[in-house]
Amino acid sequence: MANYTEDELAEELKNQEYKFGFVSDIDTDTIPIGLNEDIVRLISSKKEEPEWLLDYRLNALELWSTMNEPSWAHVKYKKPDFQAIAYYSAPKQTKKYESWDDVDPEMKATMTKLGISMEEQQRLTGVAVDFVMDSVSVATSFKEKLGELGIIFCSFSEAVQNHPELVKKYMGTVIPTQDNYYAALNAAVFTDGSFCYIPKGVRCPMELSTYFRINAGGTGQFERTLVIADEGSYVSYLEGCTAPQRDENQLHAAVVELIALENAEIKYSTVQNWYPGDKNGLGGIFNFVTKRGICEKNAKISWTQVETGSAVTWKYPSCILKGDNSVGEFYSVAVTNNYQQADTGTKMIHLGKNTTSTIISKGISAGKSQNSYRGLVQIHKNAHNARNFSQCDSLLMSSECGAHTFPYIECKNSSAKIEHEATTSKIGEDQLFYCKQRGISEEKAIGLIVNGYCKEVLNQLPMEFAVEAQKLLTISLEGSVG
Amino acid sequence: MITIKNLHASIEGKPILKGLNLTVNAGEVHAIMGPNGAGKSTLASILAGREEYEITAGEIDFDGEDLLDLSVEERAREGLFLAFQYPVEIPGVSNVNFLRTAINEIREHKGEKAMSAKEFMALVRDKSALVELDSKLASRSVNEGFSGGEKKRNEIFQMAMLNPKLAILDETDSGLDIDALRIVANGVNQLKTDQNATIIITHYQRLLDYIIPDFVHVLYDGRIVKTAGKELALELEEKGYDWIKENKVN
Repeated sequence: MANYTEDELAEELKNQEYKFGFVSDIDTDTIPIGLNEDIVRLISSKKEEPEWLLDYRLNALELWSTMNEPSWAHVKYKKPDFQAIAYYSAPKQTKKYESWDDVDPEMKATMTKLGISMEEQQRLTGVAVDFVMDSVSVATSFKEKLGELGIIFCSFSEAVQNHPELVKKYMGTVIPTQDNYYAALNAAVFTDGSFCYIPKGVRCPMELSTYFRINAGGTGQFERTLVIADEGSYVSYLEGCTAPQRDENQLHAAVVELIALENAEIKYSTVQNWYPGDKNGLGGIFNFVTKRGICEKNAKISWTQVETGSAVTWKYPSCILKGDNSVGEFYSVAVTNNYQQADTGTKMIHLGKNTTSTIISKGISAGKSQNSYRGLVQIHKNAHNARNFSQCDSLLMSSECGAHTFPYIECKNSSAKIEHEATTSKIGEDQLFYCKQRGISEEKAIGLIVNGYCKEVLNQLPMEFAVEAQKLLTISLEGSVG
Repeated sequence: MITIKNLHASIEGKPILKGLNLTVNAGEVHAIMGPNGAGKSTLASILAGREEYEITAGEIDFDGEDLLDLSVEERAREGLFLAFQYPVEIPGVSNVNFLRTAINEIREHKGEKAMSAKEFMALVRDKSALVELDSKLASRSVNEGFSGGEKKRNEIFQMAMLNPKLAILDETDSGLDIDALRIVANGVNQLKTDQNATIIITHYQRLLDYIIPDFVHVLYDGRIVKTAGKELALELEEKGYDWIKENKVN
């Protein structure tokens, strides 16, 4: 890791425009814009869903229509017009691909631009990729190898068809439909996503990975991910996002549910790089995501996120520590530049005895951006000997940006130990000067300093993600010291 | 190597350097001594390119180039090195990553290929031995949690790694015990060649027991008021700076 990417960075830094801002010219099958019961029925029928799932969606739609958009987050944006969004868009391809050769070359080119060509992925990294493009999975690899171990890793739609009992049993158990406005919206109109099941006692031998991407103009994307780690199993799941450049705002409202049964462990890592809008704050993705996991006895869930993209981010990957001795972790780097706004953090809900949670949050604000950490540590009355350690650091790159910390602690058990540390610092002119005096350019110096600042979090990422994340941090902050 | 002519500089409108002249040739070691506030560290900062100083007059030629036209990093890449009086901590960035980045930036500037990892690690081993720096320090974060002596030794280690044409040691002896002083001096002496030069800025004479300068200059009130051989340092030690001040008035 020590000698990672310096030269590659220089190349990338030459190109300041958003690297992934291109549009693929693929025919898409988009249903009319707007949201009502007919649309929900249409989505469900296009996906040939069972009756119970249609009912689930319709119930969600009804709940959603009675709810209000949350306004407590420290973000300002123009509310999306939910009737102006197309809720379904699938690449126009009726037949399933028999092999990789059958995949539309245009689509392959898109993936190549994203730097995640299937062949490369398969050959070099051993990562099984479930590539989601405009709501429908087009390629899944390593399925056979995983299948031998009884691991199910497929698109959410396939899971609905092939493993309905698992989906029905666990879907919505961690994040109920009425949980919040966007979770309800997702439950009504979600189009696809990923599903993963690790059987009892199985240690998943490879990192599971999904790449999401918004493609067709004007379509929102509502992904749904469900990861179930059965007793004594282990899985590391990677999620990465890029999106093409657009002037109109696009809405992304995903739901991710993690279920770690007794003695199981789930590691969920995200590098998020949705289009953040241009330097004047025009365009960019609204990222309103609900992510939560539940830990049974002795289970562990670890969230790691590197957030550099989106115009507005609203995201709190959380852990419900239900079982005794369960462990929740949250490691986060959130970068905002120009006019980006992020309100992100976590909730650690301690229900069981001897439960432990760790929160390490590193916020980096540049330009005129606003970056907020919002966290809740909740110790319930039966959570004897619960422990929490929180560390929230903010780094300011300019004099016009904002960093905010909103830590909430609710403790109903006197045996709990809760520690909270917070720091705010401005990137040091002395550090920059020191680097430059050794011959290092300002951009590289910022890259070094910022990556050093985030090291505790980056160290949690699997290797290939850590390298990508380091590059992203530097690219996101190019020319931002002021 | 470097020629400073009639240098005037001020900070926030207050003049610090008032017509400083200095010429340093390759193969030479110069010591600049002087009382507090004379402008010693200002000189080091200006040579390295700190922006808060305003150059109001004068010129500096560095190996045929106008030094004042070069950015901080260009000066460094051209071979100017400053050993900081107060080395800066960079948490989370390992010394080796920091130095490898620096070395490769300098090599790129010279149109050379990046140094291989193997070559680099061999260099680290070699040069850390020179300043008796624990090899563990090389993989720790830059200066983070280092003792005062370790920080100063790390500066000399970096100097050894980067192999500059002109090294400026800004109060490198301050805060060092005798053992550390000997190690630092030993490192500097071993790095000396007839191709490079060193400017040692110091308040006390004791570092000069270990590094023998070719010239000793006394900087007082923004100008060099006296230049002589190494014996001048001893004289200063004995008589103090008041002697210079009086001399200057007379």
